[in-house]
Amino acid sequence: MNIDKKITDDLVANDISFVTTVPCKQLAGVIEEIDARDEIFHIPSNKEDEGMGLCAGAWMGGKRPAIIMQNTAIGVTINTLATLIQYYRMPLPMLISYRGELREPVACQVEMAVHTKALLAQMNIPTYHFHHQADVEELDAILKYTFMCNKPVAILTDANFWGGYGDQ
Amino acid sequence: MIRSEILKEIAPILRDQLVVCNIGIPSQELHAIDDQPTNFYMLGTMGLASSIGLGLALAQPKPVIVIDGDGSILTNLGTLPTIANNVADNYILLIVDNGSYGSTGDQPTYAGQKTSLSKMAEAAGCERVIECAAEDTGRVLQEALDAKQMTIIVAKCESGNAKMPVITMDPVVIRDRFMKAVQA
Repeated sequence: MNIDKKITDDLVANDISFVTTVPCKQLAGVIEEIDARDEIFHIPSNKEDEGMGLCAGAWMGGKRPAIIMQNTAIGVTINTLATLIQYYRMPLPMLISYRGELREPVACQVEMAVHTKALLAQMNIPTYHFHHQADVEELDAILKYTFMCNKPVAILTDANFWGGYGDQ
Repeated sequence: MIRSEILKEIAPILRDQLVVCNIGIPSQELHAIDDQPTNFYMLGTMGLASSIGLGLALAQPKPVIVIDGDGSILTNLGTLPTIANNVADNYILLIVDNGSYGSTGDQPTYAGQKTSLSKMAEAAGCERVIECAAEDTGRVLQEALDAKQMTIIVAKCESGNAKMPVITMDPVVIRDRFMKAVQA
């Protein structure tokens, strides 16, 4: 199975047509796939809170958005999640590269990894953790759930899911 | 002229357009001067008005006017390259540049000192950037709408705020009536 293609197919099948990204090495393949798809307008952001602003506007304009980013961005976007996405009750699937988990080679990444799930739990953000490749089978249902409840929803994807950091 | 005087003057132009308005006193002033369902008021999240407006402009065809401030642009400077590289000709960013953080007590910003936001927008790659005096804002804004070209306006004005009540409307109500106005 090509995970990058499967993820992008699920986004398209759920009518997600506006995707903003801040890159991570683990996400390089899926970002490339999204960029190549005619059904999706891909707009890279310089910072993740900026990306959430773009997504909020796109959704109010009638398009279903998504953001693709690294888990370090949770530290950047807490205020935006609370005062924009949650306060105005907007749906936002967040496909997140979960750095600092098993098979991580960079020690500093662990420093945000240990806070990631706690911060998401504190924010009452529904959170799913893809650890094995087969976990991607739930993505379609998670996307439907996100647009059903109009909430930000986190999908954490770790190095094991991607086949090992740098090995993929 | 201060910001609220500019808003009063351009209110007839804004009335029929989709407007995304910056957090704090700018939203309170616009709400008090001419509340419309076509106005999206930011109640929090400093800096993101220009990004919300760009996402909205890229997602649908109606013109979008963002009323932003110099302090908020400085907070989210990465917005300028994103705007420049994703051209939406239905997008107008009006930066009311009073050289101060108005909502927090008029502390000076760097835009009121050495930093030029219009030059920064040009350096970011924005093609139609117009800096104007406060008194000319209405004319420049109308010309931008008529030009149907993405435009960044930097309106230089004096620091100061009108005394207006806090917006007590529920955020979901603001958002819902705005989305209905977008679809209308």
